[in-house]
Amino acid sequence: MASKYIDILKKNAMLIVLVLVYLFFTIMTSGQMFQAMNFNALITQNAYVFILATGMLMCMLTGGNIDLSCGSFVCFLGSVGAVMMAVKGMGTGVSIALMLLIGVIYGCVLGFLIAYVNVPPWIATLAGFLAFRGLGTAILSDNSTTGSVSLSNNEGYMALFSGKLFSTPVGQMNMICLIAGIVAAAIVVILNFSTRARKLKKGYEADSLVSVIVKSVLAVAAILLFAYKLALSGGIPVVLVWVVVIILIYSFITSKTTMGRYFYTIGDNAETTRLSGVDTKLIMFLAYLNMAVLTAITTFIVTSRFQAANSTAGTCYEMDAIAACVVGGVSAYGGSGTIFGMVVGATLIGVINLGMSLMGVNADWQKIVKGLVLLAAVVFDILAAKKNATK
Amino acid sequence: MGNTILEMKNITKTFPGVKALDNVNFKVEEGEIHALVGENGAGKSTLMNVLSGIYPYGTYEGDIVYKGEVCQFHKIKDSEEKGIVIIHQELALVPQMTIGENMFLGNERGTKNAINWNETYSEADKYLKMVGLSESSHVLIKDIGTGKQQLVEIAKALAKNAQLLILDEPTSSLNETDSRALLDLMLEFKKKGMTMIIITHKLNEVVYVADKITVVRDGSTVETLDCAKDDVNEERIIKGMVGREITDRFPKRHDVKIGEVNMEVKDWTVHHPLYTERVVVDHVNFNVKKGEVVGIYGLMGAGRTELAMSMFGKSYGTDITGTMTINGKEVNLKSPREAINEKLAYVTEDRKGNGLVLGKSIKVNTSLANMDGVSERGVIDTDREYNIAVQYKDLLKTKTPTVEQSVGNLSGGNQQKVLLAKWMFTDPDVLILDEPTRGIDVGAKYEIYCIINDLVAAGKSVVMISSELPETIGMSDRIYIMNEGKFIGEMPASEATQENIMAAIIQSTGGGEKA
Repeated sequence: MASKYIDILKKNAMLIVLVLVYLFFTIMTSGQMFQAMNFNALITQNAYVFILATGMLMCMLTGGNIDLSCGSFVCFLGSVGAVMMAVKGMGTGVSIALMLLIGVIYGCVLGFLIAYVNVPPWIATLAGFLAFRGLGTAILSDNSTTGSVSLSNNEGYMALFSGKLFSTPVGQMNMICLIAGIVAAAIVVILNFSTRARKLKKGYEADSLVSVIVKSVLAVAAILLFAYKLALSGGIPVVLVWVVVIILIYSFITSKTTMGRYFYTIGDNAETTRLSGVDTKLIMFLAYLNMAVLTAITTFIVTSRFQAANSTAGTCYEMDAIAACVVGGVSAYGGSGTIFGMVVGATLIGVINLGMSLMGVNADWQKIVKGLVLLAAVVFDILAAKKNATK
Repeated sequence: MGNTILEMKNITKTFPGVKALDNVNFKVEEGEIHALVGENGAGKSTLMNVLSGIYPYGTYEGDIVYKGEVCQFHKIKDSEEKGIVIIHQELALVPQMTIGENMFLGNERGTKNAINWNETYSEADKYLKMVGLSESSHVLIKDIGTGKQQLVEIAKALAKNAQLLILDEPTSSLNETDSRALLDLMLEFKKKGMTMIIITHKLNEVVYVADKITVVRDGSTVETLDCAKDDVNEERIIKGMVGREITDRFPKRHDVKIGEVNMEVKDWTVHHPLYTERVVVDHVNFNVKKGEVVGIYGLMGAGRTELAMSMFGKSYGTDITGTMTINGKEVNLKSPREAINEKLAYVTEDRKGNGLVLGKSIKVNTSLANMDGVSERGVIDTDREYNIAVQYKDLLKTKTPTVEQSVGNLSGGNQQKVLLAKWMFTDPDVLILDEPTRGIDVGAKYEIYCIINDLVAAGKSVVMISSELPETIGMSDRIYIMNEGKFIGEMPASEATQENIMAAIIQSTGGGEKA
């Protein structure tokens, strides 16, 4: 029995670490961390990590491949978009469509180079990392004296990618947010129980009733807490909708589709997968095309949050995304990792960022701590894998 | 002979949950070649790892008495200092380094801080001569063949002043000629007084070189046969290994009707992917009928795997010409997917390298080549996938607690079954099996043969590539002999003997160096 509990603890180690770290910062900031506005900040400040890490996860699954160019591409695409909307006066819809198109084109070029020309991913994307930062900065300095193009007048753009749904004043209870939380919690509970019932009916191994109840109670508690806090902070942030939709879509792709399955098997053994009749080059191509599209969406969110495009936008975003994946248990060699794990990893990094900012830790120390957390996560991962192997 | 050089007394070694060795006693006399045989997982390698200090003193029970003294080896260096050197199955050579550098890796010549390269290379040349290699020690390892690499390993062991040499499956990746040369070298060393222990699956080799044979089964030594006194033959050894008489190593096929031609290949020519002027497969013609097992026999490097892979959706080679007909329809397969769609399956030779996804479950591996069979518009039906994996597990008698088990944890024989399940699930008409029983033990081989028989009984065609002659003769209806990229002979299995097949190969090699 004892070993069963240890197993459960091990499986959810990162989740437990996340809770402990959260409690640590709550205590260290004398409860500031627990305030409604900081729940809101956790989501709005880290939305980019969730979305980029989703794309990065798909790349990493194929064999530990990464995209170093996404941060610089956010800067470049943001400056192109800002110039289109704010300087050239083009329509918001047209600009968004064109930005997406540029993202798709970049993804195709990158995917082609990596999948069909066999350029090592980190070199191909290192080129982008350098070039797009330069390009983005050049475009901005051509179009403004300050190196930054403001988008604050474009209300439509703001509404689409930042701000609140059915916004209410801070401090007041936003009923729609609360109801959305209750509905989400109910769906989670129903899904948990119906999955178990279906498994039992067909005679498969299913989790025990106790563990399903515990899982459901914890999930409901977390969702309702978030809903309550967000309701007090003015409503559901629009980015949350983007993040949740993207996470749900990719959860489905990675766990339920044949396409998703191939990402995993390629990472584990590309040659086997190829000889099993899978077009492995196409999968590699899609991984980077997908990454570029998600980077474009990230650009919308980031420029909208800052209400401007500037030359430092997206700095180190690629590293945050990789770190979120690795901390979330995505293998640096490919073949394993889940969206859920990545979400936990991204949240953990977000909590550490926010907690340290609230504590007033200076930026240098923040970097040091993040580096150590990343290293610790990888070492933990390797040790856990070793333990399993010797079992 | 007569002096006991090594005695391992009452060795017991436990891993968490398993007793790998149980009170093993093992005695080797000076100047003999002692063969250690047993099925996979019987404990041969564990025993040798105890001896060489890979499992240090204290992690096992019992005593190692070497040259009259009780030894306590804490690491490999300790046993090597005493002259016990082990050569592992997987070659431990660095491909990008020269023979000389490899030979003294970890044992460098010169002073403590500087390597004396002149001494290194001149000594290396000396040892190379001893193993009969004419290569210069400046040649890179990657530029010589596996047979020669194996000899370099032996030279490396000699350089360590080996007195007791342990060879773990030394011929597993060698062809017949190279294997024979290696065994002869062992016999030559014996004359000079060297003591050797050989671990091998190839019983004909055991009979050829060994003075004594110790059989290990389920972690204990069952018996030691003395080739000078006992009447030792392969059947006798197998009986000891499996604990029962195997009357027929190759199950009989009953009432299998051989029908019309199912697949035919004409004028098939393939060029090397990098050195495009080199012809790897040269105007090959062959066919396989429904319900028939066709064996393709050839030495390693004859081009068998290259032929199979080039047929399987051009997975190998460039400038492929020739025609291929499946079920009376001429096909031009441009990718593995098209090959699978035309009901051709290629069960690869290298289970770990390109056959299975080791980190993934039996379930995932079973469905990998036919995801359409377990999905609806790209969405996986998890129930169906699970049920199919279970179905094949039961059908092929794969030993595993659950199909969620990761394939890397299975034994070779069970991995091979998963690999077969994967391809059977694509519902092929023609299966090309490349070395289907390599590295798996006698019992599992028999089961694989039974599966092959079931396949042809169901009207499928099987092309079996093998470098084991008894297996080729025992399992095939018809045999094609391949050498240097060409098909040099075809004969019904009833007429085939080991002698006439080897003779055909030697003849066609046309004044080859070793013929």
